[in-house]
Amino acid sequence: MTTPRTSRSGRAGQYVALLCYLVFLAFPFLWLISTAFKPPRELGSLHPTWIPDDPTLDNFRQAFDEQPLLRAAGNSLIAALSAALIAVVIATPMAYVMARNRNKLSAAATGWVVVSQAFPFVLVIIPLFLILKNLHLINTLSGLIMVYVVWSLPFALWMLGGYVRAVPRELEEAASVDGAGRLRTLVSVTAPLLAPGIVATALFAFITAWNEFFFALVLLKTPQTQTLPVVLTHFLGAEGVADLGPLAAAAFLATIPSLVIFAIIQKRITGGMLTGAVKS
Amino acid sequence: MRRLAAAAAVCALLLTGCSADGGGADSGRITLRFQSLAWQQESVDANKELVKEWNTSHPDIRVEYVQGSWDSVHDQLLTSFEGGEAPDIIHDASDDLADFAYGGYLADLSGLLPERLTADIPRQSWESATFGKGVYGVPFLQEPRVLIANKKILDSSGVRIPTAGKPWSWEEFRQVTKTLTEEMGEGKYGVAWPLKEPVSVTLNLGLSAGGQLFHRGDDGKVTIKFTDGDGVVPGTVHDQVNTDKSASRTTLGMGGSDTLPGFFGGKYAMVPLGFSYRQQIVQQAPKGFEWTVLPAPAGPGGPAQGVSPQTLSVAEDTPHKKEAARFIDFMLQPRNMVRLAKGDWMLPTGSKALADPALHTDEAGWSTGAALARDLRSAPAQSVRGYPEWKDKVATPALQEYYSGAIDAPELEKRLVNDGNLVLSRYQR
Repeated sequence: MTTPRTSRSGRAGQYVALLCYLVFLAFPFLWLISTAFKPPRELGSLHPTWIPDDPTLDNFRQAFDEQPLLRAAGNSLIAALSAALIAVVIATPMAYVMARNRNKLSAAATGWVVVSQAFPFVLVIIPLFLILKNLHLINTLSGLIMVYVVWSLPFALWMLGGYVRAVPRELEEAASVDGAGRLRTLVSVTAPLLAPGIVATALFAFITAWNEFFFALVLLKTPQTQTLPVVLTHFLGAEGVADLGPLAAAAFLATIPSLVIFAIIQKRITGGMLTGAVKS
Repeated sequence: MRRLAAAAAVCALLLTGCSADGGGADSGRITLRFQSLAWQQESVDANKELVKEWNTSHPDIRVEYVQGSWDSVHDQLLTSFEGGEAPDIIHDASDDLADFAYGGYLADLSGLLPERLTADIPRQSWESATFGKGVYGVPFLQEPRVLIANKKILDSSGVRIPTAGKPWSWEEFRQVTKTLTEEMGEGKYGVAWPLKEPVSVTLNLGLSAGGQLFHRGDDGKVTIKFTDGDGVVPGTVHDQVNTDKSASRTTLGMGGSDTLPGFFGGKYAMVPLGFSYRQQIVQQAPKGFEWTVLPAPAGPGGPAQGVSPQTLSVAEDTPHKKEAARFIDFMLQPRNMVRLAKGDWMLPTGSKALADPALHTDEAGWSTGAALARDLRSAPAQSVRGYPEWKDKVATPALQEYYSGAIDAPELEKRLVNDGNLVLSRYQR
């Protein structure tokens, strides 16, 4: 049994650990913001400062002048939102079936889903490229969205499966007793309880697609269709040389949509999943 | 149910709404896609302006500018070639071309290029894009490695200032860095070698000391032999770091840009860098910072060094090879080559472009670089099949360990030669 004193010191240690972790997580982002506002001469300083001595918006101006950032951001947004939406629409009923019907088929399917996560991109990119080419989907956002959906589905299924298993069967049985059919039960009873899981899965699919680089690099050929991660690499030269200021400015802008979307929906994720689901 | 239907409808709308190809309708004229890797503002502007000028004067052959990036260009091109979707005109570096050339993805440009262009570019530059009997790219921009030096430190030390005509020998360079380090004091160094990618630096500078490492036999097969000349550059760096303490140990794992803050802060007197790094120095150096460009040290064979020029190639699959070659000829007219060179802060390969007065000013070291151009050679290993694997698996770790003092010279030689030949033999069966 722990004494209150030990408990207090233990809790203090936990807070310190948490603080260290938060600082660790925040450091790259804060440094990115700092760099985005620094003039070139401060970027080459031996004694860099957090707050720029002579803050400037020139990096942002240059980034927008040099590259079609807004168009690229629009493309990324379309690709990521579509991929997230389609992934959860497909994954929700699939996850339900796999979680509720535990048989050899669903076990095999789950196994395949897990294995598919281990495929490296380079292994699938050429067959994928040829398939999309035959479908005339190279250099289209539709083709890219299809790839993103397929790529995020396994993890979405695995993630949603856990949420489905957490929904008590008794609720569905009660709905059945009240006369609801299978689909009605899924839509009216299970889906609302799954809402936080669905939102979390959608967010995962969104972030995955928003950050994805390699498929976009290979599948999109023209500036009109390129996404933000691809356009960001245009600030890089050979041997890792970078136009650091504009790159930081563009990268900072690229993080904003993710942050905004996360801020908007985070309550849906953290809200009690089954609060009030069962009458006491 | 209605919600599901609505979601499905939104998906369908999104998919139909974003399936535009991005390319325009074919109106009968030829359209060529030119993928450029230009990335600096001035360079991108120069490329786009040239494409615009071409399109204005050649309404029947339209060129579409496509922005590529150095990052992952090899994988991106490989997939495009495999899928039959490669750009018609391809900007790349000569050391990336071997696999594509041997793989049949690039058109042999022999016979497609005009005599004007063929004669204007020196033979040693053409060698960098010649694989087997074919020429698979037009080398147009190149950069020697130079010493960027803190002028005040150098002047006050009293050491002899080298010129392109009379560079330091490798031994003299070692002595100079010792002298500078002693004068600069504790925690400061005569030189900072950024050796995150040690192989190309070592091999390319090694040419000046007679190093070659890769030897092609009469049967066409390449083997690795380590001669005295091959040991000069690595030996100098090793001794500067480990014996003289005149080179910073911490920069061995850094890229070129990473060393600049220390250079600006007076921590290092000199940094060996590619010629194009001058642009970053102009942008980032503190006000009043005086710097100069010095030639890299030379060996008994003179100031020769290896380079991998930037190239323009034509895809084998394009049905418009002649038109693509015409566009390349236009891009590489002497005055245009100068525009591209200035935009990238590099040197043109073409003799006429190189003679342009704009590239012979003392400002930002242009004249020093231009004077070195005649001694640039094709990088020793770039046409060797298996070189990328040798570089990544054998040479990079071996050189990194040698430079840090973890292994000695015999062990370095053993690894480069024995392990290296095993790798190369797999590619030459």
